[in-house]
Amino acid sequence: MTTATLPDRTDPSGLPGRPGRPGTASPALRRARRRALLHWIAVHSLGIAAALFFVLPFVFVFLTSLMSDDQALTRDLTPNSWHWDNYLKVLDTPGFLTWWKNSLLYAGLGTVLVVVSSIPVAYALAKFRFRGRHLSLLLVISMMMLPPQVVIIPMYLFWAKQMDLSGTLWPLIIPMAFGDAFAIFLLRQFLLTIPDEYVEAARIDGCGEFRTLIRIVLPMAKPGIAAVALFQFFYSWNDYFGPQIYASENPGAWTLSYGLESFKGAHHTDWNLTMAATVLVMAPVILVFFFAQKAFVEGVTLTGVKG
Amino acid sequence: MSPWLIGFGFSFGYPIVSTLYFSFMRYDGLNPPTWRGLENWTYVFADLPKFWPAMQNTLWLAVVMVSCRVVFGLGVGLLITRIKTGAGVFRTLFYLPYLAPPVAATLAFVFLLNPGTGPVNSLLEAVGIPAPSWFNDADWAKPALTVLAVWGVGDLMVIFMAALLDVPKEQYEAAELDGASPWQRFRYITLPNISPIVLFAVVTGIIGAMQYYTQPIVAAKVASGVMGGSGQSFQPGYPDDSTLTLPQLVYSLGFSQFNYGAACVVALVLFAFSMAFTALLMRRRGGLIGSGD
Repeated sequence: MTTATLPDRTDPSGLPGRPGRPGTASPALRRARRRALLHWIAVHSLGIAAALFFVLPFVFVFLTSLMSDDQALTRDLTPNSWHWDNYLKVLDTPGFLTWWKNSLLYAGLGTVLVVVSSIPVAYALAKFRFRGRHLSLLLVISMMMLPPQVVIIPMYLFWAKQMDLSGTLWPLIIPMAFGDAFAIFLLRQFLLTIPDEYVEAARIDGCGEFRTLIRIVLPMAKPGIAAVALFQFFYSWNDYFGPQIYASENPGAWTLSYGLESFKGAHHTDWNLTMAATVLVMAPVILVFFFAQKAFVEGVTLTGVKG
Repeated sequence: MSPWLIGFGFSFGYPIVSTLYFSFMRYDGLNPPTWRGLENWTYVFADLPKFWPAMQNTLWLAVVMVSCRVVFGLGVGLLITRIKTGAGVFRTLFYLPYLAPPVAATLAFVFLLNPGTGPVNSLLEAVGIPAPSWFNDADWAKPALTVLAVWGVGDLMVIFMAALLDVPKEQYEAAELDGASPWQRFRYITLPNISPIVLFAVVTGIIGAMQYYTQPIVAAKVASGVMGGSGQSFQPGYPDDSTLTLPQLVYSLGFSQFNYGAACVVALVLFAFSMAFTALLMRRRGGLIGSGD
C-alpha cells in the first residue's frame, strides 16, 4: 500500500508512461505506474461523463434550433436539413429586437450605476474604521440575502401608484444608483485583499480620501470591479421577476429574459424557433464568459472562500 | 456612504416596515387600505389552501435540491482537482451551464425532458428505462427542477475547487505514509478542512431556495402550454401545485388576486426564514466573511 502510492508524489503529473526506462524499473515502480495509468483513465472517463452531462443540453438545443418545423416535433436528435433561416425568423419576430435593446439598457445602464455607487461604500467598509461599521456590514449581508419578493408589494405600490412608472424598466434601473448589496459585499471582499499600507502611504503623502480612492485603490481593484460589473450585468440580463412585476403590461418594455417565455407562448409548438431564440439569449452570456473567465472565477471564489 | 444609506432606507428599511403594516390591512390597490388586525394571518395559515403545499415544496427544494447540488458540486470539484490532461477545458465545460440565463435554461430543460418529443426520454426508452413525464407529472416536476439545478452547479464547483486546493498537502502525505485509504483521506483530512465551505454552500443554498422563483414559474407555464404575456391568467404550481413555492405565492396573491395583505403575510414568512439562515451564516462564518481588522 505504502510503496504503491509513494511514486504518485515523485511523478506529480500523474501522466502514464512518463520518464524512465521501463526495462530497468523495479516491479514495485512498475506496479505504481500501472496504478497511476488506471487512475488517469478512471478520472478522465468520469470527467468525460460529467462533461457530457453538462454539454449535451446545449448540443440538443442547438441541433433542434436548426430543424424544420415538422422535424422539431419528432424524436429525431439531429436535423435532416439545416435551417439556418430559423434564426432570421426569430430576429424578425415583432418585439424581439426591442426586447434585446431593453435588456441592454437595463443591464448596461444598471451596471454602470451600481459600480459607480457601490465603490465608495465598499471602500468605506473595507478600509475605514468608524462606529457602526460592523452593523453596516451586517445590514449589507442581510440585504443581500433578502428574497426580492419580501419587499415587492410596497416597492411596487411606490413605483406604480406614486411615481406612475409601471410599464417601464425605470423602477428597476433607478434604485441601482444607490448601490447594490451584493456588489458592495463582493467589492469589499476584494478591497480587503489590497494591503492597508498603500492607503496609509497615500494618506501620509497628503493625498485626500477621494484622490486615494481614485488614484491608488481603483487601479489595484480593477479585477474586482470587472467581476462585480459582470455579475451585475448578468443579474439584470437574466432577471425575470423584476420585468414581470413592472413591465408585464407593456410588451414594448419587456426584456429578453421576460419575452423569451412568452415567445414560447406565441409559437406554441415551434420548438425549433423557441430553441433558436433560446440560443440567441444564451449566446451573449457565453461569449462574454470566454473573454472574462478569470473575473468570473475570481468573483465566485471571493464570495465563497476568502475573507 | 450616505447615498447608500438613503438607498438602504428606501429599499430595505421602509419596505420591510411597510410589508409588516400591510400584513394587518385589507388592501386591493384600488380602495384605501383598512385595518383588519390578524385577519390576513389567520387566512393564510388556516384557510389558504395553497399555503401549505407552497411551504412543503419550498422545504422539499431546500432539503433535496440543496443537498443534491452540494454533493454533486463537491464531487465535480474533487474530480476537477484530479484531472491532469485538459483541466482548463473540463473546467470551462462544467462551469458554462451556471451562466445560462435561467429562463433560457428552463425552456431548454422543458424541451429536453418533454415526454412527447424530448431527446432525454428518447434516450431513456432506447436503453429500456421507463421514462417519466417530468414537468407534466406532479411526482416528477420537482425532481426535474433538481436536475436543472444540478446542471448549473458550476458556482459551487469553483468554490469547492478553491477550498480543496487550499488543503495542506503535508496532511495527505502524512496520511499516505500511515497507509490511509483514499476514503479515509477524504473523511479525515479533506472533509474537516473544507467543512466551513460545505456549511457555507448549504446555508446559502437554503437561502437561495427561499427565493426560488424563475425556474418553477417558467417551467410550469411552458409545460402547461399557457400562452405567455399580459392579460393571461396563469395559476403557478402546475401540475397540481407541485412546483408552487412561497415566492410564487407572494406574486400570485399580490399581483393576480390583488390581495396585498395576504401577500405581505407570506412575504414575512419568507423574511423570517431567510433572516434565520442569514444569522446562522453570520455566526458560523463570522471569521470567514472577515471583519477587516
